[in-house]
Amino acid sequence: MACAYYMKIQIRTFGPAREIMGGGLVEVSFPGSTIDELRAMLVSTYPALGRLHSLLIAVNEVYAPDEQVLQPTDTIALIPPVNGG
Amino acid sequence: MIKITEKPIDVEKVIETASSLKAGAVNVFIGTVRDNANNKKVVWLEYEAYESMAVSEIRKIIDEAAHRWSLLGWAVSHRIGTLKPGEVAVVVAVSAPHRKASFEACEFIIGELKAKAPIFKKEVFEDGEEWISAGPDRKNQVQA
Repeated sequence: MACAYYMKIQIRTFGPAREIMGGGLVEVSFPGSTIDELRAMLVSTYPALGRLHSLLIAVNEVYAPDEQVLQPTDTIALIPPVNGG
Repeated sequence: MIKITEKPIDVEKVIETASSLKAGAVNVFIGTVRDNANNKKVVWLEYEAYESMAVSEIRKIIDEAAHRWSLLGWAVSHRIGTLKPGEVAVVVAVSAPHRKASFEACEFIIGELKAKAPIFKKEVFEDGEEWISAGPDRKNQVQA
Protein backbone atom coordinates (compact mmCIF):
# COMPACT_ATOMS: atom_id res chain seq x y z
CA MET A 1 0.00 0.00 0.00
CA ALA A 2 1.21 3.47 -0.81
CA CYS A 3 2.03 5.75 2.08
CA ALA A 4 0.82 9.31 2.39
CA TYR A 5 4.37 10.63 2.28
CA TYR A 6 7.46 10.24 0.14
CA MET A 7 10.42 8.54 1.71
CA LYS A 8 13.76 9.91 0.54
CA ILE A 9 16.09 7.01 0.13
CA GLN A 10 19.62 6.53 -1.04
CA ILE A 11 20.36 3.46 -3.08
CA ARG A 12 23.77 1.92 -3.63
CA THR A 13 24.14 0.52 -7.13
CA PHE A 14 26.60 -1.87 -8.70
CA GLY A 15 27.66 -3.24 -12.08
CA PRO A 16 25.15 -2.75 -14.88
CA ALA A 17 22.63 -1.11 -12.50
CA ARG A 18 25.26 1.52 -11.63
CA GLU A 19 25.86 2.23 -15.32
CA ILE A 20 22.14 2.43 -16.07
CA MET A 21 21.41 4.78 -13.16
CA GLY A 22 24.50 6.87 -13.74
CA GLY A 23 26.16 6.71 -10.32
CA GLY A 24 27.14 4.52 -7.40
CA LEU A 25 24.79 6.25 -4.97
CA VAL A 26 21.41 7.46 -6.23
CA GLU A 27 18.82 9.34 -4.19
CA VAL A 28 15.16 8.81 -5.01
CA SER A 29 11.83 9.92 -3.58
CA PHE A 30 9.83 6.78 -2.92
CA PRO A 31 6.05 7.00 -2.40
CA GLY A 32 5.59 3.31 -1.54
CA SER A 33 6.72 1.07 1.27
CA THR A 34 7.79 -2.39 0.05
CA ILE A 35 10.74 -3.80 -1.86
CA ASP A 36 8.42 -4.84 -4.66
CA GLU A 37 7.10 -1.28 -5.02
CA LEU A 38 10.60 0.17 -4.96
CA ARG A 39 11.74 -2.21 -7.72
CA ALA A 40 8.67 -1.37 -9.84
CA MET A 41 9.30 2.35 -9.43
CA LEU A 42 12.97 2.04 -10.36
CA VAL A 43 12.20 -0.10 -13.42
CA SER A 44 9.64 2.44 -14.55
CA THR A 45 12.16 5.30 -14.12
CA TYR A 46 15.04 3.34 -15.64
CA PRO A 47 13.49 0.87 -18.15
CA ALA A 48 16.90 -0.69 -18.91
CA LEU A 49 16.85 -2.17 -15.37
CA GLY A 50 13.88 -4.29 -16.47
CA ARG A 51 16.02 -5.94 -19.13
CA LEU A 52 18.50 -7.30 -16.58
CA HIS A 53 18.35 -11.04 -16.00
CA SER A 54 17.57 -10.40 -12.33
CA LEU A 55 17.32 -7.43 -10.00
CA LEU A 56 17.45 -8.11 -6.29
CA ILE A 57 17.41 -5.54 -3.53
CA ALA A 58 19.53 -5.88 -0.42
CA VAL A 59 18.46 -4.23 2.82
CA ASN A 60 21.16 -3.83 5.44
CA GLU A 61 23.39 -6.20 3.43
CA VAL A 62 20.86 -9.03 3.28
CA TYR A 63 18.77 -10.01 0.22
CA ALA A 64 15.28 -8.76 0.96
CA PRO A 65 12.00 -10.51 0.12
CA ASP A 66 9.57 -8.60 -2.16
CA GLU A 67 7.06 -7.93 0.61
CA GLN A 68 9.56 -6.47 3.10
CA VAL A 69 8.66 -2.95 4.25
CA LEU A 70 11.46 -0.40 4.03
CA GLN A 71 12.46 1.68 7.03
CA PRO A 72 13.98 5.18 6.68
CA THR A 73 17.21 4.03 8.33
CA ASP A 74 17.73 1.01 6.05
CA THR A 75 20.81 0.71 3.87
CA ILE A 76 19.51 -0.19 0.45
CA ALA A 77 21.43 -1.65 -2.48
CA LEU A 78 20.40 -2.73 -5.94
CA ILE A 79 21.92 -6.08 -6.89
CA PRO A 80 22.00 -6.96 -10.61
CA PRO A 81 22.99 -10.50 -11.70
CA VAL A 82 25.99 -11.69 -9.67
CA ASN A 83 28.90 -13.50 -11.21
CA GLY A 84 31.86 -13.88 -8.90
CA GLY A 85 34.56 -16.50 -9.28
CA MET B 1 39.98 -15.28 6.35
CA ILE B 2 37.63 -13.72 3.82
CA LYS B 3 39.20 -11.09 1.64
CA ILE B 4 38.03 -8.91 -1.25
CA THR B 5 41.10 -7.26 -2.69
CA GLU B 6 42.36 -5.16 -5.57
CA LYS B 7 45.83 -6.61 -5.17
CA PRO B 8 47.00 -9.88 -6.76
CA ILE B 9 46.04 -12.84 -4.59
CA ASP B 10 48.81 -14.59 -2.71
CA VAL B 11 47.72 -18.19 -3.33
CA GLU B 12 50.29 -19.65 -0.92
CA LYS B 13 49.03 -17.42 1.87
CA VAL B 14 45.42 -18.48 1.30
CA ILE B 15 46.45 -22.15 1.47
CA GLU B 16 48.56 -21.56 4.57
CA THR B 17 45.65 -19.78 6.29
CA ALA B 18 43.33 -22.72 5.56
CA SER B 19 45.77 -25.40 6.66
CA SER B 20 45.59 -27.34 9.90
CA LEU B 21 47.85 -29.93 11.49
CA LYS B 22 44.76 -31.99 12.26
CA ALA B 23 43.81 -32.15 8.57
CA GLY B 24 44.47 -34.98 6.15
CA ALA B 25 43.52 -32.88 3.14
CA VAL B 26 43.76 -29.32 1.91
CA ASN B 27 41.63 -28.62 -1.15
CA VAL B 28 42.21 -25.51 -3.23
CA PHE B 29 40.17 -24.01 -6.04
CA ILE B 30 41.85 -21.33 -8.14
CA GLY B 31 39.57 -19.42 -10.52
CA THR B 32 41.42 -17.76 -13.39
CA VAL B 33 40.50 -15.33 -16.15
CA ARG B 34 39.76 -17.01 -19.50
CA ASP B 35 41.00 -15.34 -22.66
CA ASN B 36 37.75 -16.06 -24.50
CA ALA B 37 33.96 -15.93 -24.12
CA ASN B 38 31.30 -16.69 -26.74
CA ASN B 39 34.07 -17.27 -29.30
CA LYS B 40 35.39 -13.77 -28.77
CA LYS B 41 38.76 -12.72 -27.43
CA VAL B 42 38.59 -11.28 -23.92
CA VAL B 43 40.97 -8.35 -23.50
CA TRP B 44 40.32 -7.91 -19.79
CA LEU B 45 37.68 -8.42 -17.09
CA GLU B 46 36.37 -5.91 -14.63
CA TYR B 47 35.19 -7.19 -11.27
CA GLU B 48 33.16 -5.04 -8.93
CA ALA B 49 31.84 -6.00 -5.49
CA TYR B 50 29.51 -4.77 -2.79
CA GLU B 51 32.39 -5.54 -0.50
CA SER B 52 30.85 -5.59 2.97
CA MET B 53 27.87 -7.65 1.83
CA ALA B 54 30.07 -9.99 -0.23
CA VAL B 55 32.11 -10.72 2.88
CA SER B 56 28.98 -11.37 4.94
CA GLU B 57 27.43 -13.63 2.26
CA ILE B 58 30.67 -15.62 1.93
CA ARG B 59 30.82 -15.91 5.73
CA LYS B 60 27.34 -17.51 5.76
CA ILE B 61 28.42 -19.96 3.04
CA ILE B 62 31.59 -20.85 4.95
CA ASP B 63 29.65 -21.32 8.20
CA GLU B 64 27.35 -23.78 6.48
CA ALA B 65 30.24 -25.64 4.83
CA ALA B 66 32.24 -25.75 8.07
CA HIS B 67 29.27 -27.29 9.81
CA ARG B 68 28.37 -29.80 7.06
CA TRP B 69 31.89 -31.06 6.37
CA SER B 70 33.56 -30.47 9.76
CA LEU B 71 36.17 -28.20 8.24
CA LEU B 72 39.36 -27.62 10.19
CA GLY B 73 40.37 -24.48 8.32
CA TRP B 74 39.30 -22.31 5.43
CA ALA B 75 40.15 -19.13 3.52
CA VAL B 76 38.60 -17.28 0.58
CA SER B 77 40.14 -14.43 -1.37
CA HIS B 78 38.44 -12.70 -4.30
CA ARG B 79 40.05 -10.13 -6.54
CA ILE B 80 38.25 -7.04 -7.83
CA GLY B 81 39.28 -4.41 -10.36
CA THR B 82 40.80 -4.99 -13.79
CA LEU B 83 42.14 -8.49 -14.47
CA LYS B 84 43.90 -9.79 -17.56
CA PRO B 85 43.61 -13.34 -18.96
CA GLY B 86 45.58 -15.81 -16.87
CA GLU B 87 45.30 -13.81 -13.65
CA VAL B 88 43.81 -15.37 -10.52
CA ALA B 89 40.33 -14.04 -9.76
CA VAL B 90 39.43 -16.17 -6.75
CA VAL B 91 41.00 -18.73 -4.41
CA VAL B 92 39.04 -21.01 -2.08
CA ALA B 93 40.99 -23.26 0.28
CA VAL B 94 39.63 -25.64 2.89
CA SER B 95 41.15 -28.26 5.11
CA ALA B 96 39.30 -31.30 6.41
CA PRO B 97 40.13 -34.57 8.14
CA HIS B 98 39.67 -36.52 4.87
CA ARG B 99 39.86 -36.00 1.10
CA LYS B 100 36.21 -36.47 0.14
CA ALA B 101 34.93 -33.84 2.55
CA SER B 102 37.55 -31.36 1.35
CA PHE B 103 36.52 -31.76 -2.32
CA GLU B 104 32.83 -31.47 -1.54
CA ALA B 105 33.23 -28.45 0.73
CA CYS B 106 35.45 -26.61 -1.74
CA GLU B 107 33.02 -27.17 -4.61
CA PHE B 108 30.07 -26.13 -2.44
CA ILE B 109 31.77 -22.90 -1.38
CA ILE B 110 32.77 -21.76 -4.88
CA GLY B 111 29.35 -22.72 -6.28
CA GLU B 112 27.45 -20.80 -3.61
CA LEU B 113 29.84 -17.87 -3.85
CA LYS B 114 29.15 -17.56 -7.58
CA ALA B 115 25.40 -17.73 -6.99
CA LYS B 116 25.07 -15.44 -3.96
CA ALA B 117 28.01 -13.12 -3.33
CA PRO B 118 27.31 -9.65 -4.74
CA ILE B 119 30.26 -9.61 -7.11
CA PHE B 120 29.80 -8.42 -10.69
CA LYS B 121 31.84 -9.16 -13.78
CA LYS B 122 32.19 -7.33 -17.06
CA GLU B 123 33.94 -8.89 -20.04
CA VAL B 124 35.72 -6.40 -22.23
CA PHE B 125 36.29 -7.49 -25.83
CA GLU B 126 38.18 -5.79 -28.62
CA ASP B 127 34.89 -4.44 -30.00
CA GLY B 128 32.66 -3.96 -26.95
CA GLU B 129 31.82 -5.01 -23.43
CA GLU B 130 29.21 -7.01 -21.59
CA TRP B 131 28.11 -7.52 -17.97
CA ILE B 132 27.75 -11.22 -17.32
CA SER B 133 24.75 -12.98 -15.78
CA ALA B 134 25.09 -16.28 -14.01
CA GLY B 135 23.26 -19.20 -15.53
CA PRO B 136 22.56 -20.27 -19.09
CA ASP B 137 21.04 -16.97 -20.16
CA ARG B 138 24.18 -14.92 -20.52
CA LYS B 139 22.59 -12.06 -22.42
CA ASN B 140 22.50 -9.11 -20.13
CA GLN B 141 23.89 -6.51 -22.39
CA VAL B 142 23.95 -2.89 -21.39
CA GLN B 143 24.20 -0.66 -24.40
CA ALA B 144 26.87 1.96 -23.83
